[in-house]
Amino acid sequence: MAEVEESSKPLFAGLSDISISEDIPVEGDISVPVGSQNPDDDFSTLDEPVKDTILRDLRAVGQKFVHVLYPKKSSALLKDWDLWGPLLLCVTLALMLQGGSADSGEDGRPQFAEVFVIIWFGSVIITLNSKLLGGTISFFQSLCVLGYCILPLTVAMIVCRIVLLGALSSVSFVVRLIVVTASFSWSTFASTAFLADSQPANRKALVVYPVFLFYFVIGWMILTFSPSP
Amino acid sequence: MSASQGSTNTNTEPWGSFEDNNIIQGSGSAVIDMENMDDTSGSSFEDMGEMHQRMKEEEEVTAEAAAIHPDGVVHFDQLMGKVFLKLLIYLVSTQVWQAGKQQASKAFNLYANIDILRPYFDVEPNQVRNRLIESLIPVRMINFPQKVAGELYGPMMLVFTMVAILLHGMKTSGTVIREGTLMGTAIGTCFGYWLGVSSFIYFLAYLCNAQITMLQMLSLLGYGLFGHCMVLFITYNVHFHSLFYILWLVIGGLSTLRMVAVLISRTVGQTPRLFLCGTLAALHMLFLLYLHFAYHKMVEGILDTLEGPNIPPIQRVARDVPVVASAVVNATIKSIAAVVQSQ
Repeated sequence: MAEVEESSKPLFAGLSDISISEDIPVEGDISVPVGSQNPDDDFSTLDEPVKDTILRDLRAVGQKFVHVLYPKKSSALLKDWDLWGPLLLCVTLALMLQGGSADSGEDGRPQFAEVFVIIWFGSVIITLNSKLLGGTISFFQSLCVLGYCILPLTVAMIVCRIVLLGALSSVSFVVRLIVVTASFSWSTFASTAFLADSQPANRKALVVYPVFLFYFVIGWMILTFSPSP
Repeated sequence: MSASQGSTNTNTEPWGSFEDNNIIQGSGSAVIDMENMDDTSGSSFEDMGEMHQRMKEEEEVTAEAAAIHPDGVVHFDQLMGKVFLKLLIYLVSTQVWQAGKQQASKAFNLYANIDILRPYFDVEPNQVRNRLIESLIPVRMINFPQKVAGELYGPMMLVFTMVAILLHGMKTSGTVIREGTLMGTAIGTCFGYWLGVSSFIYFLAYLCNAQITMLQMLSLLGYGLFGHCMVLFITYNVHFHSLFYILWLVIGGLSTLRMVAVLISRTVGQTPRLFLCGTLAALHMLFLLYLHFAYHKMVEGILDTLEGPNIPPIQRVARDVPVVASAVVNATIKSIAAVVQSQ
């Protein structure tokens, strides 16, 4: 019978021979993973106390403050960007710059919302500008750098406030002018140290100018701040 | 080939029959394995939905098993059919979700792409510097269309610079803005002028058959603000009115003449040229005039008078505004006539 099959169907001749003979062992291990396997479980931060989380974030923010105050060519601000520091600085600055209502007879001091909006929309526009000019930095990294570099201006605001506790004279104005100018140029220099690396070499000036303008406007708001009587 | 009943192990087939107690009570069966499948879709809502779905499925399976076979005997092929059905549903829903997500991200990348604006920002610093200087130099050749660079970096930076200068002017003049904020007014004025007057002149150019695109008009007017910035920067700090008038005529006039020359070179016919360029010149010069006088101390008086009746009368220096206005109109018409005649 096998020969008849072989002669009538030459194409399928060899197939009838194919079978799994019992002396070929088919064995192996099929292990079913039981339980979760993600490595994230080791670094899950959901179970730690809130104090640890806050302290860790504060330490990261503080470390970035140090990087801004001594701007070296480091990538700490760029690699782990966070927006806590800029938020803290922005709120502090806006609170200190807040003016009374216009009916109190003061010349219009900026309101909280005005300062907040200026800082954040200014940062967004500068970021868009640097991206359009061909920058390699990402959106939030740029926001992070610009926000952290407001730190010298916040320090200048505190100093101005202290100076204004004394008499409102031309000496105090000169002192405030020097402090604000120094801190504004420090801010610009610090942010360009981080931002300019991500631009093509011949366009650095095009990116630096809006940053200069941005910190100039903030510095001008600080300088023209006068306390309520 | 029915499965054995209860927990008795009949073992009728040579390869060992399916044992029900393993299937129902077992921990290594296929139904439970599905629950441990790794899902990397990345959406927490989907994960929650799926977990919920799986829990429901598990309940359904056991409920069906209990309902159909109350004596605890379950047919393996029916169970496998249900399992496959649920697997199919799961796969289809995952695929639908993925497809929807891809569509949404494609649409977002298409419309919210800032790369649309990228070619307009492709400039070098020396190009920007050259264009800034050229914006004050009117060109003599108006017989064939002059080239206008279609770039938006320079105009935008100039508008922001003007906002900063305006803020300084408003602050030093002691302007009180009651309904609104200083910053909002400055930004609104500058951007409103740039975008609004550009659109209006573009519309007039469309009516007069001038060969200019919206981008070129935006760019032209933006660079024309360079003269304004310079004049305002000087005169907000040095308060001499005669100095302002001289600067207004010279620098304002030069930047206006440059824009007018470009528009004339791109328009055909005397009347359209006069109409278009007259409008632009008037708006441009009057804007500078407005910016200078708007943030003087006398405006504060006007704002106060408009607010309430109990304000003491304002101290204003009388100005011969009609003389100024007629001088402006005469100068503009003379300059346009000179340019038109010299072609």
